[in-house]
This record gives sequence, structure tokens and C-alpha cells, in this order.
Amino acid sequence: MTVLDDTDRRLIAATQAGLPLVEAPYARIAADLGLTETQVITRLSVLHARGVIRRIAIAPNHYALGMTANGMSVWDVEDAQAAGLGEKVGALDFVTHCYLRPRAPVWRYNLFAMLHGQSRAEVEQKRAQVRALLGAACRADDILYSTRILKKTGLRLKDG
Amino acid sequence: MSRQTLPPEALDDTDRAILNSLQEGFPLTPRPFDDAGAALGLTGAELIGRLERLRAIGAITRFGPFYDAAAMGGAFCLCALSAPQADFDRIADLVNAHPEVAHNYARDHALNMWFVLATATPEAIAETAGQIEAETGLTVWRFPKLREFFIGFRVAA
Repeated sequence: MTVLDDTDRRLIAATQAGLPLVEAPYARIAADLGLTETQVITRLSVLHARGVIRRIAIAPNHYALGMTANGMSVWDVEDAQAAGLGEKVGALDFVTHCYLRPRAPVWRYNLFAMLHGQSRAEVEQKRAQVRALLGAACRADDILYSTRILKKTGLRLKDG
Repeated sequence: MSRQTLPPEALDDTDRAILNSLQEGFPLTPRPFDDAGAALGLTGAELIGRLERLRAIGAITRFGPFYDAAAMGGAFCLCALSAPQADFDRIADLVNAHPEVAHNYARDHALNMWFVLATATPEAIAETAGQIEAETGLTVWRFPKLREFFIGFRVAA
């Protein structure tokens, strides 16, 4: 677990909704927080190096770019092989997220891989490639297409 | 966030180059737009103008640091519940009212509502899930990640 000080927390609160689109965004944030630009850049660099910041980047809107089909493919993979196969599925260039998760009484699947495409047909082709890769280690699978985005705000930490 | 696909002519080659390049990362330098723009043949002011437009037309959803809740001492957890169709929107409102719910999707399955909790402490995952169960009368199934495999963030624009 990483210890964050109050200044880190203020910096996170000031940037988690995004960076200002101005020539010197870190100087703008510094002015708002009573810090120097160098302090802001240094702290953000340290947070990045520690993994608190995963990346500083843009997030494209998949839908706007034509990736309108979005399926959460789920796989019931033999436990002993799940980690090794998860690495292989995650390495496929069209898989955007891949996780091993626990099963539940109403849920038999332990491997999750997000598949995106311009159409469901394209997503199904990708799903077939994952199925071929998993082979006999996979006992069952399903895919859950999203039908509606109910909320998307990203991470918001409460104060304190 | 819009789910409309932009017409192909909404983005030119420079826009596509920006979308592809800035998914990889953005500089931590005093004049980051100048530096990122140089690689794309743009001035900093031109890049800012392009980003303002891309945001306005909905081609990008976020721009800035992506924080890892777990690395901050907090936690993320994927959760799911089965909401009766007739009551779906009311249940969605109850779930979404929690600031800990970072995103929430309707999916076509018996478990028809899938949402991610992002909390400042690991304990708050169970607390928030418990509150949602109390408010909705529905079981909130929790699917925390046990392992994360390579994540490719990129979407070719």
C-alpha cells in the first residue's frame, strides 16, 4: 500500500477529472494549489513511477470511433491452467482488458476478456479466436453485450 | 457519454494521429502540448485547439492522469446484480447515486447490471455493496480481480 501525503491527495483531487487544456497545464494546477510547477511535475512523476498513476493520456470514446459493439466475454477455464491461458488471452491485440476473477454460486466463469468491434459479427470473430486459443481447458463460455451505459464518471475519490 | 458513431469525415488524418499517439502517454514537462505536438507536426496551440474540438464532438472521454485506486490504498471491484426489468431504471438510479460507482453498464444476461466500485479503502467495497443490497433488496455479487493480464489500452482511430 502506498502512503500519500496531503499534498498528493490535493493534487489527485485537482487532476482526476482531467488536465486543463492550456499551454502550461502543470503551472495552472500549481497556481491553484499554491505549489510550484516543478513541485507538481515532480510529484506527478513520482506518483507515475510508484504506479499510483497508471498513465497520463487521452481516453478515446470507443463508440465515437465506430467501436459500437462491446462484449464482456467470460470463460470457465480449468483453475490450474487459468493463469497461463489468461496471459495468452491478454496478449491478443484486440483484447482490451483481461482478468481472472472468482466464481460465484450464480456464476461459473473465472476468466474475463473485453472484446470491442465495429459490429457484433466482428466481436464474435474475435470471440472465436479466444475460444480456439483456450481449447479444451475451457468448459463453457458466454458473452455479455452492453446494451446501455448507465454511468461513466471514472474514478472519483471523496475528500479525505 | 455519447454512443453515437461520428461520421468518418469528422476526423481527419491529424485527428487520428492525435488519438493514436496520446493514448500512449502525455509528457510531464512544462510545455507538454508543445512537446507532444512536435512529434505530430503541430504547435502546442494547434494541438490544444484540436483536443478542444475532439472533446466537444465526443471523440475523447477523458484527458489526464489515470489513477490506480489500489495503489492509493483503495480498491476497485466489479459487481453485478439481477434487476427485474420493470424496476430496472429505479435500481440503476439507486446504484448510480453512490459516488463510489465509477461506471455501470446494462448487459444482456440474467445478471443484467454490471458496475465497478472504486473506494478509498478496501473495506469500503463491502460497505458500499452492503448499502446497495439494503437499498435495492438485491444480492450484489462481487467479482474482484484476482489477476490482471496485459492490458492493451489502444483503440485504433
